[in-house]
Amino acid sequence: MEPQLAALIRQSIADRYSLFAPEALADLPDTFTITDPCISGHPIVFASRAFLKMTGYSTHEVLGRNARLFQGPRTSRSSVMEIREAIREERAVEVSIVNYRKDGTPFWMLFRMSPVFGKEDGRVVHFVGVQVPILGRRRRSGVSSCDGDRVSECVFGGSCRREVCSDSLVELGGRVLDLDSADSQGLEIEGPCEANDLEKRIAATAVSNILSVLSHYSESTGRLVCGNRCNLPGPGLLTSSLNISLGRIKQSFVLMDPYLPDVPIVYASDAFLKLTGYSRHEVLGRTWIFLSGPDSDPSVLHQVSPFRLYSFFSSFDLVMMTSKDSSSFWNLLHISPIRNATGKIAYLVGVQNEELCKNQDRQGRTPEMWQLSVVGAVKVAVRSSSMVACSSK
Amino acid sequence: MMLKIKRVPTVVSNFQKEEGEEAARRGGGCGRNCLRSCCIQGAKLPLYAFKRVDKAVNEKGVLQHETTQPPVAFLDSLLLGEWEDRVQRGLFRYDVTACETKVIPGRYGFIAQLNEGRHLKKRPTEFRVDKVLQPFDGNKFNFTKVGQEEVLFQFEASENGEVQFFPDAPVDVENSPSMVAINVSPIEYGHVLLIPRILECLPQRIDRESFLLALDMAVEAGNPYFRLGYNSLGAFATINHLHFQAYYLAVPFPIEKAPTKKITTLDVGVQISELVNYPVRGLVFEGGNSLRDLSDTVSDACICLQNNNIPYNVLIADCGKRIFLLPQCYAEKQALGEVRPELLDTQVNPAVWEISGHMVLKRKKDYEEASEENAWSLLAEVSLSEERFQEVNALIFEAISYNADASGDEAENLLQDADVKPKTHEGVDAINQRSCPTMVTGNQECLVQQ
Ligand SMILES: Cc1cc2nc3c(=O)[nH]c(=O)nc-3n(C[C@H](O)[C@H](O)[C@H](O)COP(=O)(O)O)c2cc1C
Ligand SMILES: [Zn+2]
Repeated sequence: MEPQLAALIRQSIADRYSLFAPEALADLPDTFTITDPCISGHPIVFASRAFLKMTGYSTHEVLGRNARLFQGPRTSRSSVMEIREAIREERAVEVSIVNYRKDGTPFWMLFRMSPVFGKEDGRVVHFVGVQVPILGRRRRSGVSSCDGDRVSECVFGGSCRREVCSDSLVELGGRVLDLDSADSQGLEIEGPCEANDLEKRIAATAVSNILSVLSHYSESTGRLVCGNRCNLPGPGLLTSSLNISLGRIKQSFVLMDPYLPDVPIVYASDAFLKLTGYSRHEVLGRTWIFLSGPDSDPSVLHQVSPFRLYSFFSSFDLVMMTSKDSSSFWNLLHISPIRNATGKIAYLVGVQNEELCKNQDRQGRTPEMWQLSVVGAVKVAVRSSSMVACSSK
Repeated sequence: MMLKIKRVPTVVSNFQKEEGEEAARRGGGCGRNCLRSCCIQGAKLPLYAFKRVDKAVNEKGVLQHETTQPPVAFLDSLLLGEWEDRVQRGLFRYDVTACETKVIPGRYGFIAQLNEGRHLKKRPTEFRVDKVLQPFDGNKFNFTKVGQEEVLFQFEASENGEVQFFPDAPVDVENSPSMVAINVSPIEYGHVLLIPRILECLPQRIDRESFLLALDMAVEAGNPYFRLGYNSLGAFATINHLHFQAYYLAVPFPIEKAPTKKITTLDVGVQISELVNYPVRGLVFEGGNSLRDLSDTVSDACICLQNNNIPYNVLIADCGKRIFLLPQCYAEKQALGEVRPELLDTQVNPAVWEISGHMVLKRKKDYEEASEENAWSLLAEVSLSEERFQEVNALIFEAISYNADASGDEAENLLQDADVKPKTHEGVDAINQRSCPTMVTGNQECLVQQ
């Protein structure tokens, strides 16, 4: 793992929870992982002992990687999509899914995932995922994921109507086949599979145990977390779905909110932090101008008012930037307005061209093209992630 | 006699003129820097050569699949960068990101976009909808007439098995490269057209190689929100020049959320299911021992449909891991005057995107009133009846189980013959006789002139 990523992962837990949290989590008997949607790639930042034992991986093999690592050819794509969408919508989800151990053996498990919210701003800080192996395979009627009316409860309804859901599942659990073939070798991997009530209870209990440990150990840092969204994200804060999409973009860029005074930075990519040497909390909320070096033309910088920023830097401009260690560097900056799903400008994106990393292999493309690809990716992310929110208004 | 409908064609290129306006200007350098012989000599365009991963299954039946995303999703970033460059050069007819769009509340989350600019300035044109296969007509608009600036890059399988990119590659006219071009009337960000072997001027008709190329593109982009779609003639393709469409939309499509019921798993590992609880009946293909197996199965199914003159749409979703195949009969119903006027008034053409649940609406009223119910009832009109769907499935299953033993070439030849003279073995005939009377199967008495 890259040292930078390793540091982010350590911080992810340490910033929120007391020093004792990792140990307390490790002592839980449950199979679970914790992920951080704010880190690029949405990696695992904690994996329980029971989880490692179940999958056959060691800690360092899973930390820093996305949990799709455990999927394989027999994993149902619609189940993966259900998880992907639950993450995007920042809600809990429960699905049965085929995963693979390190040695390549597939197994069925009941996967239950829940977001962990920061109390102060209602932002998703982590996700908790619990994996309960399904022993013995129970076939369902053949309709994958859900059928009939249960669709609305399971796939689309989120966790609030779980009760309704599990009732009908008990019925289905009646059609149990070859319960005895509990050993995974004989386990039939084809076709749909449904967890029983006990497995569901185990998963639900595990999630609530983990959440209470997390919330307990967040008290000492003063950055409380909870299992329910307590506040709506405040202005200038991004949803975790937008964070996840932006996290996939590897280049250096910042998003700025043109409606707030001084056009503060509301998102900074990992590459941007690497480029400037600042940490995320040193950058968020500040105007990007603080980064400009002494040689930048002050008359330009000071005239910058929210919307005029864009017209100043509508194409590619060479600006001087200063990194945290006070070294200055020239940087090709490209600024572009970004619209949300309503068609209105929501952010300005500022894409830096890492002139510093000159040796970077651009595979024959001009720096301008790389910058434009970031603009494109940001446009898609912002537009799409605001579609769902708009529907509720 | 023939079956026609009138619709406003979409302007996909800045060089697409009104029918008839396309003056016969031939000879050296037409001044539009197009892709035809007048301008193509010496042309250079970016070339992206992808690595064709034919994933093999090991003895445990476990794929050695790539579990991490490549460091840079190159195609994804190339496409976005080139597309944004065309935005900044002003090549599009409107800024699609300024078009309001929303997810309609409901179980499926249909997506509605208000796009008032897409269809302006065009008068309705007649489209023949009773023939899924029609010969290429060089006099009509086709993609060799687009300007070179509308082409983003050439796209091909790499010869040495490595990903390669050449910013300025000469266009190898002899080898008829495949190209990715912008759609100047985008329905979402990144809307492009993949035109296989563009200079060969193939009509809109699926063949194994072209379909594999489309699937390769989905795999290569590696982004579940970058999907490819295909419309056959009679299922709302407007241009009879072989092409797939694609764009980015980072929300799930309702069709991807629909429950499915497994029908069978073929020897080659391809699993086929049927959509349930979705307004349009259709098949879902996934898995396969290799990408080629999945691709060939779906293309054989498509070839079967087009040879039987059944219009259809295809959606390639989830990075090429799931493919939806939807036979449809809307245009035909429309031509026969069987579509309710309120549906026609919306002027929504139910092509692949609409069927997948992404509705592009032209009137503010329709956008504001958009509901799951409305979307559902429109799509329900598109679907084959249950009875007809089962008949069509029988045709498809016959075709794919038959072709499973035939080598690609043989299958291809057989189908070409079939194209000239529809195959008449008992299976097909029996089915056609029972088919719903409105379904155009090639019988003379079914054809109606509007
Ligand atoms: C906390 C958490 C734990 C997860 N654990 C697993 C897991 O054990 N197995 C699995 O198949 N997917 C797991 N996932 C889901 C994948 O990480 C990923 O979100 C999913 O494959 C959908 O996203 P993708 O389309 O980008 O792959 C987990 C997700 C989260 C947020
Ligand atoms: Zn020309």
